Amino acid sequence: MVKVYIPRETTADSLGAELLVKAIATEAKYRKLDIEIIRNGSRGACWLEPLVEVETDKGRVGYGPVTLDDVPDLFDADFLNDALNDVQSGGKHAKFLGDVEKLPWFANQERLTFARCGVIEATSVAAYASLGGFVGLKNALATTSDGIIEQVKDSGLRGRGGAAFPTAIKWRTVADCKADQKYIVCNADEGDSGTFSDRMIMEGDPLSLVEGMTIAGLAVGADKGYIYLRSEYPLTQKILNEAIANAEAAGYLGENIQGSGKNFTLEVFMGAGAYICGEETSLLESLEGKRGQIRFKPPLPAIEGLHGKPTVVNNVISLASVPVILEKGGKHYAGYGQGRSLGTMPFQLGGNIKNGGLVEKGFGLTLRQLIEDFGAGTATGKPVRAIQVGGPLGAYFPASLLDTPLDYEEFAKAGGMLGHGGVVVFDDTVNMAKQARFSMEFCAVESCGKCTPCRIGSVRGMEVIDRIVGAKNAEERNAEHIVLKDLCETMESASLCAMGGLTPVPVMSAVKHFAKDFEKEL
Amino acid sequence: MQQLAGPLTYQDWDLDKAREAVLEYAGRTGGVMIALHRIQAIFGYIDDSAMPMLGKVFNLSRAEVHGIASFYHDFKREKPGRYTVKVCQAEACQAMGSEKLTEEIKAFLGADFHETSPDGNFTLEPVYCLGNCACSPNIMIDTQTYGRVSIDGFKSLANTLAKEAK
Repeated sequence: MVKVYIPRETTADSLGAELLVKAIATEAKYRKLDIEIIRNGSRGACWLEPLVEVETDKGRVGYGPVTLDDVPDLFDADFLNDALNDVQSGGKHAKFLGDVEKLPWFANQERLTFARCGVIEATSVAAYASLGGFVGLKNALATTSDGIIEQVKDSGLRGRGGAAFPTAIKWRTVADCKADQKYIVCNADEGDSGTFSDRMIMEGDPLSLVEGMTIAGLAVGADKGYIYLRSEYPLTQKILNEAIANAEAAGYLGENIQGSGKNFTLEVFMGAGAYICGEETSLLESLEGKRGQIRFKPPLPAIEGLHGKPTVVNNVISLASVPVILEKGGKHYAGYGQGRSLGTMPFQLGGNIKNGGLVEKGFGLTLRQLIEDFGAGTATGKPVRAIQVGGPLGAYFPASLLDTPLDYEEFAKAGGMLGHGGVVVFDDTVNMAKQARFSMEFCAVESCGKCTPCRIGSVRGMEVIDRIVGAKNAEERNAEHIVLKDLCETMESASLCAMGGLTPVPVMSAVKHFAKDFEKEL
Repeated sequence: MQQLAGPLTYQDWDLDKAREAVLEYAGRTGGVMIALHRIQAIFGYIDDSAMPMLGKVFNLSRAEVHGIASFYHDFKREKPGRYTVKVCQAEACQAMGSEKLTEEIKAFLGADFHETSPDGNFTLEPVYCLGNCACSPNIMIDTQTYGRVSIDGFKSLANTLAKEAK
């Protein structure tokens, strides 16, 4: 019996993986070959998806990207047996990649949070436990609330959703609150364009999120958790629910976890297509069944969150990083990264990129290393002109800033923000005035409407940019630029949340670095 | 490209059936959101007559229910076409030509955003990120995401789906 791994994951699925599974199973049956198809997640090399892997005693041999047309050829090339005979033989098929883990793309990563993602059968408790899964939970059960929070503090983990707030401080605040009920809420409303790490871990290693949330529950004294998942991820929903059911059946979730007397239940809650619900207070409103309009802070959700109770609201990656921290120790995790940006970050490389996907690496590598070494430049082969890091509210960088290290502080110094680690690459055909206008348009479409600078400012912003690019002369244009700057300052300082507050960042960075683009009609 | 099995089948609006389907969510955290999703999954949209009914079930005013249903992009108030096509408008897809693709899809279907093609097959919607940004441009048809979509690929897919819808 040969084990063949084919991802059950949105990227692979969007490129035909489901049909491939059927085709390979049918072909194997027809040729009387005994195979077992295992559904893993994606390893993150999106350009190789669908990536088909054959397990051998020398490692996993990859073929990719595999299309339906390749299937008969793969069998003709004896891909199941050739792989078994000699991993490095070069293969008889054009899609042969050799030992997947030896590909530079994977070998040069530092995978802690994503160590199992794409490697194991995604929803299997046994597969998860065979690679260190639930060791962190067992360690957490053996220590106290303080003991858990101490490890998280030692790890230096900061909120991976974008705000980079120290996770341990948030947990400490909730743990110190006296309340009859506390909650753990996972923010899985991954709406930022160019980001997909939350989805990948939830599809590829969902039990790490389940374990991380359970540990968070033990740390702060919460016995109920919600995963607020965006509705654009229907496959993720299925996989998460399967993982939750499997964890419950194995006694890692629910009542009396592993005989400890501790309880923690988990529920997946679907959003409904509102970007603003990725803002934590909006998310809580939505989870309570209301319009997703943001709340004033204070009170912080840590003190008055869901249903007015102390609530930890953490991003998926923050929570999914907790198991490895509890398994190997906070100091081990802090051994990666640099300065005040400790640990690893799953960077997501998208847009106009040849080899796009997920790269987990300690903080500190440069944008150039990410885009050129991992990404191999643009998909179109043209020069890189602009890079947006950190989602639709992140700054646009010109190619001259490619040597900026990916680190929270270094990025802030360069006028950007790392956010959730999304990196979107544009080639030299991009018009940056158009991108700036889009930032305002997006804010207008997705604003929750509660505060005026965001709701109205974004609409006025589009109009001003239209007037700038339509200006008859430099004088007219400069006058409008003053209005835009003024408007952006108002949005930045007077908006209630980051949506209106940060929309000026992509706009003004485009003005700063690509001023020429604002001198011609769109 | 991956092919769908066929269109989602929507039932004709039936208020009693809608009420029956959502009663179990009363008292649940965010129950009304779950209820709106459930109703839409059955009927394809949320009829105006559901507003007072949901108000009673979830102890909300009719205005509050309307406020919730109208806040979220997902909730439709009119019956959609046999398939719902969402075309990503966000930055990563823009970097790979989604703007042109969007115009071509609109022309091919004869429908703008929030409209249904004249044959009643496809309702077109914008979406901001499908989380498949390394394989742009992306679209979603009902619950299936498609990556690296070209206009030719879209046309052949749409033609196949239109045949299956008959």
